[in-house]
Amino acid sequence: MSAEIGQWCLILAVLFAIAQGVFPLLGAARGIPLWMSVGRAAGRAQFLFLAIAFGCLIDGFIANDFSILYVASHSNSELPLYYRVAATWGAHEGSMLLWALILSVWTVAVTLFCRSLTLPFQARVLGVMGLISTGILLFILLTSNPFDRLVPMPPDGNDLNPLLQDFGMTIHPPMLYMGYVGLSVAFSFAIAALLGGTLDSAWARWSRPWTLVAWIFLTFGIVLGSWWAYYELGWGGWWFWDPVENASFMPWLVATALLHSLAATEKRGAFKAWTVLLAIFAFSLSLLGTFLVRSGVLTSVHAFASDPARGLFILVFLALVVGSSLLLYALRAPSIRDSAHYALISRENLLLMNNILLVTAAASILLGTLYPLVLDALQWGKISVGPPYFSNVFAPLMAPVILLAGIAPLFAWREASLAKVWGKIRWLAPAALTLGIITTALFWELKDIKVLAGLSMAFWLIGGTLLSLWSRVQLRSSVLEGLQSQSLSSYGMTIAHLGIAVFLVGLVLSDRHSVEKVVRLAPGDTAAIGRYDFIFKGIKTVDGPNFKAQEGLFEVRSEDQLITELKPQKRSYRVQRNTMTEAAIDPGVTRDLYVALGEPLDAGAWSVRLYYKPFIRWIWFGGLFMMMGGLLALLDRRYRRHKMDPLVTA
Amino acid sequence: MKTLILLLTLTGSSALFATEIRSFADPDKAARYDRLIGELRCLVCQNQSLADSDADLAQDLRNEVYEMIAAGQSDAEAIRFLTDRYGDFVLYRPPIKPTTFLLWGGPLLILLFGGVMAWRYARQRKPQPLSPLSEADQDTLERLKKTSG
Amino acid sequence: MRFLIPLGVFLVMVIFLAIGLSLDPRNLPSPLIGKPAPTFQLSKVEEPSQALTPESFRGRVILLNVWASWCVSCRQEHPVLLELAQRQEVPIFGLNYKDQLTAARDWLSKFGNPYEASGFDQDGRVGIDLGVYGVPETFVIDKKGLIRMKHTGPVTPQALEKDILPLVERLKQEP
Repeated sequence: MSAEIGQWCLILAVLFAIAQGVFPLLGAARGIPLWMSVGRAAGRAQFLFLAIAFGCLIDGFIANDFSILYVASHSNSELPLYYRVAATWGAHEGSMLLWALILSVWTVAVTLFCRSLTLPFQARVLGVMGLISTGILLFILLTSNPFDRLVPMPPDGNDLNPLLQDFGMTIHPPMLYMGYVGLSVAFSFAIAALLGGTLDSAWARWSRPWTLVAWIFLTFGIVLGSWWAYYELGWGGWWFWDPVENASFMPWLVATALLHSLAATEKRGAFKAWTVLLAIFAFSLSLLGTFLVRSGVLTSVHAFASDPARGLFILVFLALVVGSSLLLYALRAPSIRDSAHYALISRENLLLMNNILLVTAAASILLGTLYPLVLDALQWGKISVGPPYFSNVFAPLMAPVILLAGIAPLFAWREASLAKVWGKIRWLAPAALTLGIITTALFWELKDIKVLAGLSMAFWLIGGTLLSLWSRVQLRSSVLEGLQSQSLSSYGMTIAHLGIAVFLVGLVLSDRHSVEKVVRLAPGDTAAIGRYDFIFKGIKTVDGPNFKAQEGLFEVRSEDQLITELKPQKRSYRVQRNTMTEAAIDPGVTRDLYVALGEPLDAGAWSVRLYYKPFIRWIWFGGLFMMMGGLLALLDRRYRRHKMDPLVTA
Repeated sequence: MKTLILLLTLTGSSALFATEIRSFADPDKAARYDRLIGELRCLVCQNQSLADSDADLAQDLRNEVYEMIAAGQSDAEAIRFLTDRYGDFVLYRPPIKPTTFLLWGGPLLILLFGGVMAWRYARQRKPQPLSPLSEADQDTLERLKKTSG
Repeated sequence: MRFLIPLGVFLVMVIFLAIGLSLDPRNLPSPLIGKPAPTFQLSKVEEPSQALTPESFRGRVILLNVWASWCVSCRQEHPVLLELAQRQEVPIFGLNYKDQLTAARDWLSKFGNPYEASGFDQDGRVGIDLGVYGVPETFVIDKKGLIRMKHTGPVTPQALEKDILPLVERLKQEP
């Protein structure tokens, strides 16, 4: 029964989405207040029905209703309850429904927090979101209906992909989607402003918090995904430059650029046309990511359901949404006038450089991701573009971004005095380099240029960030007063920039000094990595709810001190009949110890992968720092509702 | 469906074979071997390098690479061996040739394009020098100065 | 004018994505097309004391089919090959890839043997020389011993009638 209710709710939701898309936009164009006010009610109704539909699908999973095709394909009566609930968004149909649900959550948020916007502007924002939602819901109903029945009903289900039976993977998609879909708000604001001709600093001020929230979720989603790949895929990597990962990274880079350009647009009215284009790009890349993942045009390590019919639908949808936005942009952008004037040496221009570099990085990733497809389409041969390409291209683009981030906050808006800035940072470069040399020489080897460069850059960034905080604090009579006078968003920026430094340390050290060993170990054998001895104690069989596992026991000792016991597993899942490597990790601030079982060899011996990964956690700490910075900035007083001026209608 | 079956047959057989253990007398060769298998693509996997894959074919190809490196052949020779049989698809680092010029040069072109656009924009935004006052304005100014003085 | 650039770039991208939808990213063209088939010497599955080498089919247009008893989709194409063998239009040779000799023989006696002979490639070395990455694969080899076509995945009746047999007919006309 619940499947039919869900189905009907889905259909009702489409109808409300159409109403939300059509009436407010027409009303705003013709100046009919009643039509304009339809958006808010329709958006809320849409959310209600989507929530019920989603609830029905979850119910199908909880109740093991294998007469629903989607449940039968992705769940099993032996699957623990927690994973049954999470399986709801574990595959294509359900995750698209989650996408739609999250879009409606954002819609409701807009109806709640944007009440002080003028009615036409509100109507246009909700109208654009309604049209996007209509497309996605039609896609679900026509090509990927999660409520399709299966006749005859099978006795049991096909189980969830074991890779996804993991805590990190259950919350990764909702977080990532909150980010992807959240960018639709900034996008809708941009389109509404282009339609209404209200592209001013109030528009930028309104867009900023929404972009920030989406960016925070996106950051968190990517960090979770990377962490999951690290401990679940079993070979110790944390980023593979895989098309699916690139699909989430490109919007992140552009959203980061957007956050910075919005600051300039809000504070100084600078590069409005560019900012609006970035808002369009950011969400377009989210949609493109959805297309790449769902259409199967690219092969990826994360093998999801893919189907050309679905691909065609999303491609048409993508072409309509992005094509019409870019056309609107091409029509309206020439009339956008920037009022701001500023010198060549100014905060504005440094932000512009940051933007150029970040967007170039995103565009290069797009180029690398699509290039094999283009060559294939032209029948010029098949190639693979992998990690060596992306790291070669990415590193030279990011190095200047990091160097700029260290000093840009010291530059004044409008016109900065080079002499003044120089006075503040005279010692920064030598100090950073000296610290870099000392730490590298102390803990590693001085001839390791990459570590030296990476650590020096991290010190540069930390030093510059703290200097700029200090230079602002100094303006007040006492340090305490100075610290108190800083806005939360300036603290947010400080912490986010420090996060880049933390990330950089983790990246460089884990890349240069990880040790990997593949060894043959019989019970009682010892393998050594550096000062750590891994002693293989033996193997036993353990039972899980829907799998049987071979569990190894390893003692890790250092100078005869017991450090930890690690229990990696080799699981074989009963229903899906595949084996999964469940690595065992001893996490630490300065190093991870990582053991993964390979295959059984002769006489009770096993092949075992052992890893020593220095500072790898700093990679995710860095990401979390950036996220915390975003959160702090979000709490800034400026974004409280009553403080924000309404947009002026044109 | 076809690819699904293909996948099943391939992954099905892979579980039977063991991850092999390699050792080199020469640490330089070991480093080259590690780097090579990290940059070569496993053909039967979705998107994994030879180093990361436990698939049967990946193990065989690792074997080939190992023997070539151990026998003192160069990286280029090992890569030739694989591209002769499987094409450029096995290389995660695409070779530089006319069809990939745009791939390798693209990022620089994009950066230059962005830089030029930004430079032109930034120059327009420079503060305008104050335009000289017209004679009438000069007179007014002088008059105001006198009256206020 | 410059504001039209994003739209233009996007439209070009959409065209390529649309073409991309009709391509199979897993289908790899073989660099061996037009090149001589690798030399090998394998014992025959049917009669291990005899050897199978490229000389065995020199001067004839043949199909070389890579198969294994553990390969699920080989079962799927097997009836197609059996029927083709009966029509005697083109001789089929087999390459038994990474298999057990007894399992391979059982398989042939159970499902029928369409092959004039199958080479027993236990360690898969010949498979690597042929660029095999997924079993089953089928090669068309001409009279001079050059590889002219490679079909990846099970041979379907459609692929046979549309691509493989027409090519075989053309190659038979060549000197």
